[in-house]
Amino acid sequence: MVPIPYRVVRRRRETHDSWTLELEPHDGASVQPFAPGQFAMLYAFGKGEVPISVSALPLVHTIRAVGVVSTALCDARKGDVLGVRGPFGTAWPVEAAEGADVAVLTGGIGLAPLRPVVHHLLANRERYGRVVVLYGGRSPAELLYTAELERWRGRFDVQVEVAVDQAGADWRGRVGVVTTLVPRADFDPAHTVAMICGPEVMMRFAVAALQDRGVPAEAIHVSLERSMKCAIRLCGHCQLGPEFICHDGPVFPWDRVEPLLRVREL
Amino acid sequence: MQTIDELLGEIDVFRGLGDEHLDLIAGCAQNRVFGEGEPLLSENEQANTFFAIRHGTVALETYVPQRGAVMIETLHGGDVLGWSWLFPPYRTMFDARALGVVRTVAFDGACLREKCEQDPQLGYVLMKRFAEVMVERLQATRLRLLDVYGQVPGR
Amino acid sequence: MAQAAIDRAGLDDLFGVLVRRGYTLVGPTVRDRAIMLEELDSTAELPAGWTDVQEGGTYRLARRDDDALFGHNAGPNSWKSFLFPSELRIWTARQSADGGLEVTEDDTPAPRYAFIGVRSCDLHAIDVQDKVFLDGGYVDQDYRRRREGAFIVAVNCGQAAATCFCVSMDTGPKATSGYDLALTEVLDDGGHSFVVEVGSERGAEVLAELTHREAAAAELRAAERAIENAATGQTRSIDTDGIKDLLYRNREHPRWDDVADRCLTCGNCTMVCPTCFCHTVEDVTDLAGEEAERTRLWDSCFTLDHSYIHGGSVHGSTKARYRQWMTHKLATWIDQFGTSGCVGCGRCIAWCPVAIDITEEAAAIRATDLVAEAERNTHADDR
Repeated sequence: MVPIPYRVVRRRRETHDSWTLELEPHDGASVQPFAPGQFAMLYAFGKGEVPISVSALPLVHTIRAVGVVSTALCDARKGDVLGVRGPFGTAWPVEAAEGADVAVLTGGIGLAPLRPVVHHLLANRERYGRVVVLYGGRSPAELLYTAELERWRGRFDVQVEVAVDQAGADWRGRVGVVTTLVPRADFDPAHTVAMICGPEVMMRFAVAALQDRGVPAEAIHVSLERSMKCAIRLCGHCQLGPEFICHDGPVFPWDRVEPLLRVREL
Repeated sequence: MQTIDELLGEIDVFRGLGDEHLDLIAGCAQNRVFGEGEPLLSENEQANTFFAIRHGTVALETYVPQRGAVMIETLHGGDVLGWSWLFPPYRTMFDARALGVVRTVAFDGACLREKCEQDPQLGYVLMKRFAEVMVERLQATRLRLLDVYGQVPGR
Repeated sequence: MAQAAIDRAGLDDLFGVLVRRGYTLVGPTVRDRAIMLEELDSTAELPAGWTDVQEGGTYRLARRDDDALFGHNAGPNSWKSFLFPSELRIWTARQSADGGLEVTEDDTPAPRYAFIGVRSCDLHAIDVQDKVFLDGGYVDQDYRRRREGAFIVAVNCGQAAATCFCVSMDTGPKATSGYDLALTEVLDDGGHSFVVEVGSERGAEVLAELTHREAAAAELRAAERAIENAATGQTRSIDTDGIKDLLYRNREHPRWDDVADRCLTCGNCTMVCPTCFCHTVEDVTDLAGEEAERTRLWDSCFTLDHSYIHGGSVHGSTKARYRQWMTHKLATWIDQFGTSGCVGCGRCIAWCPVAIDITEEAAAIRATDLVAEAERNTHADDR
């Protein structure tokens, strides 16, 4: 499976180390449509590939510059051509959640893979019950999509709560860990589908907070990450026990992966 | 206009307490409203007052030279502000400032401490409730210490 | 249909027929003091009169007192070197004049191999890798092309190495399927011949081109005895009963710490193992930065790199990596691909520099199964 050329049509800086790239096919060939939760392998010429979840449809990716390849991708300007392979992996259960309340719980760059879910929920608002977005970040400067968050917040049919770990005196929002937003968020635990994405530690504690409120494990979905090379269930890198994150995930129901995540260094 | 007793019934940390105990507590309570920027507590003073926040946002902060006021945490409607009144040496640790209008029920901590000495049952119940609050805050603080969103988590 | 047999000269004919049909022959030969699988030109290159003496952490060649061509067991490499080469360029890329990206898949045809002397354990190993590369949800095209083109001449073992345990893994010693032709060497006072079994139409066609005859009853008996000898000669075994759940519930067993004290994470086991398939990709450019290429390379779960994601390795400790390898091989493989990943060839035991023995580790965990122990203790309390 070879990368297909895609051109950067828009580039936008989100925080000091993350950028959002909007991509379009460069010479006709295109990938199959992505679903929220799926990821692409993005190729920076000569440098390599990294797995990046789609952060808006049809093909928008928010990338954090943490290594050689991601930094090269973040350096790409409008008009530059990257390689795309995909879509890979499992999607967030937006269809299965119809009729229920939906709680979207994210931290840091974890909002990126869940943004297309919020887009879907808002575009099909009548199919869902209450919609809650809980977002935690390191500091106000490291929040993604702030303008969009404000637009969501401005609607009358969505609850949006943001909390940061640290802030200066000019921040007038919440300072605290994102799990503290769970107890008072407006959803019915017995009829809620929860979708969580963020650092694994944050996800573990977020799940605990949701379960404390009575959300059952099978209604909670998480997006996991492991080292990835081929993205097509052949190279063995992304295994978590018997699960291949690239193929059986990255989105999993919590009850399926909880026993595996409980084992240290699995 | 609600009575103090009715207000107490809405406050999480006192939920489910018997009427006798609520009366004792009400005797030490009064309504207080703070405007934008007004201090609720100041660092390193006698901790004689604590608050149940009914509505609004309170910033818990401390002054760090060269950094200015650093926010420790924000507290909101339903939260309790202040527990130093219950434990020696009864001194406040941080500043607390109103971000916007904040409506509270303010409690005379010294008065309530005296009542707890007289009525150990009341004391035990309050101790338990406040311990719960502190445990929750401690867990949350520990999670923030992990700095999970850092570039290389924890570093 | 009566069993066929060919004489020693018939083997030369077989080589000739396969070469004429365009195959590149690969089979065992002595090199660097081991019996390696290499491209062969003639039967003279087969390791006549050689055998191997293997034990934990030991492999030595020794002379036989006869001239058997296949009187040895598994050497350090396996057929995966030819079906799943250790290094393979998969595509090249150029940045085109308009700033675009041109990626060209590398579909250099691989030689059509005829594998000579595939043991039953290795036949099963090929089948195991088929399930990974062909039936796992995505097809690896290079593997498919090599696999479809490969002609397999299996050989039934006449003796077992001390490290062999195919009987307990139900993968031998007799080859039962997956081959085009299967030979059992018969070498005694009566002469030197091979009983031939046909496993496919292709095999039947090739046999038809050879001078062959009906196998004599004595030959058949000798062949049977040889295979019997290979089976009864095995001293190691793994009890596979419920082994998947056994390893799943013992992920925190202290034995993992014990083996971690010995394991060097050298990865030898993953290199010699005929089923290990982990690989990585390397992207490089030429010095001018104009042409890029991607190469597929064997990888090992024993490297820290294998599980590295932003800032650290998930399997940071030796314990985690050994546990990953062994649990994958014997347990999670079953959930992933429907079979065990282990075929009992014993290579990992011989080639581990510190003689870690997968059969011993499995037995040790079974003997002190954490859950069974806890249940035993509960019942003790009931008394």
